[in-house]
Amino acid sequence: MCGIVGLFLKDKSLEPKLGEMLADMLVTMTDRGPDSAGIAIYGGADDGLTKITVQSSNPKKDFATLDEDLKEAIGKPVAMMVKSTHAVIELPTDQVDAARSALSHLRPDVKIMSVGDALEIYKEVGLPKDVAHRFDLSKMKGTHGIGHTRMATESAVTTLGAHPFSTGPDQCLVHNGSLSNHNGLRRELIRLGTTFETQNDTEVAAAYVSQKLKEGQNLGEALESGLDDLDGFYTFVVGTKDGFGVVRDPIACKPAVMAETDQYVAFGSEYRALVNLPGIETARVWEPEPATVYFWNH
Amino acid sequence: MQTFDLAARGLRELNQTLHGVNGNTNQTAWEIINTRGSHAIAVGVDAPIDITVNGTTGYYCAGMNKQATIRVNGSAGPGVAENMMSGAVFVEGDASQYAGATGRGGLLVIKGNASSRCGISMKGIDIVVHGNIGHMSAFMAQSGNLVVLGDAGDALGDSLYEARLFVRGNVKSLGADCIEKEMRPEHLELLEDLLRRGEADAKAKPEEFRRYGSARKLYNFNIDNADAY
Repeated sequence: MCGIVGLFLKDKSLEPKLGEMLADMLVTMTDRGPDSAGIAIYGGADDGLTKITVQSSNPKKDFATLDEDLKEAIGKPVAMMVKSTHAVIELPTDQVDAARSALSHLRPDVKIMSVGDALEIYKEVGLPKDVAHRFDLSKMKGTHGIGHTRMATESAVTTLGAHPFSTGPDQCLVHNGSLSNHNGLRRELIRLGTTFETQNDTEVAAAYVSQKLKEGQNLGEALESGLDDLDGFYTFVVGTKDGFGVVRDPIACKPAVMAETDQYVAFGSEYRALVNLPGIETARVWEPEPATVYFWNH
Repeated sequence: MQTFDLAARGLRELNQTLHGVNGNTNQTAWEIINTRGSHAIAVGVDAPIDITVNGTTGYYCAGMNKQATIRVNGSAGPGVAENMMSGAVFVEGDASQYAGATGRGGLLVIKGNASSRCGISMKGIDIVVHGNIGHMSAFMAQSGNLVVLGDAGDALGDSLYEARLFVRGNVKSLGADCIEKEMRPEHLELLEDLLRRGEADAKAKPEEFRRYGSARKLYNFNIDNADAY
């Protein structure tokens, strides 16, 4: 089944509560997907720094002196914040490529979850409640975010197989459904230069969107192209540096509910996920139409 | 009026309580509060009672209903009134996917819009939707009536059997073997009754509707029709 949630804030006064609201929505969706959970959260983009979120299965060893080692390798200041199995490394934006290549030498086992000015991704196997607790999601601030509770279908229950998937700067995607042509598309994308971390169908969808953006489409156009090229069942919720989008396949089997008020736009696989949002009783609530792209920007 | 607080007493107790109500009860009016999008509210009721659900519901509200009149003062999630046998279900807001699916009898009224697959495989239920319905509605519908005051989405009545579909607005496309049919006096009479019982007679007149039904070409397999399946 899988459960997906998303929240795009219009009212700045809610930003300190983004993590708390999203975590609550995520935990409510536990019975749609108890295998793993993940959240992507956007915030603090204007500081001239880029964030690299990394994950390690041996965080004590890998993260112990990672900031110092990276600083020495690139010769620029590096800040690091460790949260359980994840660490967010902040560094000057022009040092991202240098840091990526240094990371692959310094800590070959560490995986990059996301790169971006605003984006951080946290995901792990286990119940959403435990994942939310582990990363202290309820304390996180931000402008918008998306989350996922996974019932694994197309690939193994692993941290890397959890959603959200990020395959481009500040881009991420969560998916409820399954794609039937992901192997063919994966081969095509590999031919075009994409590297894949998993056998997961959703990673292919994320990489497909990144590829279309690379070819010059905007996100709306990329999602429109996806309606022609991605075969299977899907409800996607996507995030960008300042945007939030939703699209369902033309058959639209997978459930989706949206709500909008002056303060926010929210998405849930079920209405239950939205019931604690402020003003939900008077919000405009609707079911997104099949094969229709919905998008909001700050 | 019996008030049942779902948040305090839980779904299992709600449905067990309603299943315990029989035809001789004096407790004929029930109100359910704190629904918060919960699943399976008032499923399998079999008594001539009135149930008011105050709030929005999740999956399968009022499924398999017999005899009861259930009114949802909010919107309904997927599968509302699925497989209803008799009685009536009124949804004041919108309904999600496959409202009234496989229903064998009774009346389902949706005051807002219904999304995709409304009345899929309906087998005798009457459905009145005041707004629009989504794609693949009345797919393989076998009998009963679907009345839509607004528009219908793609592939209306795909692989339809004997159900009658009445649409006032536009139909985006008709599914395989579904065709427009003439509106005869008996259909106007039927519609008038359905609009009245569906609390829609103030909004629409029978003459404003068009009727759709089965061309009956796909009833029995015929190799000449293979392309249409």
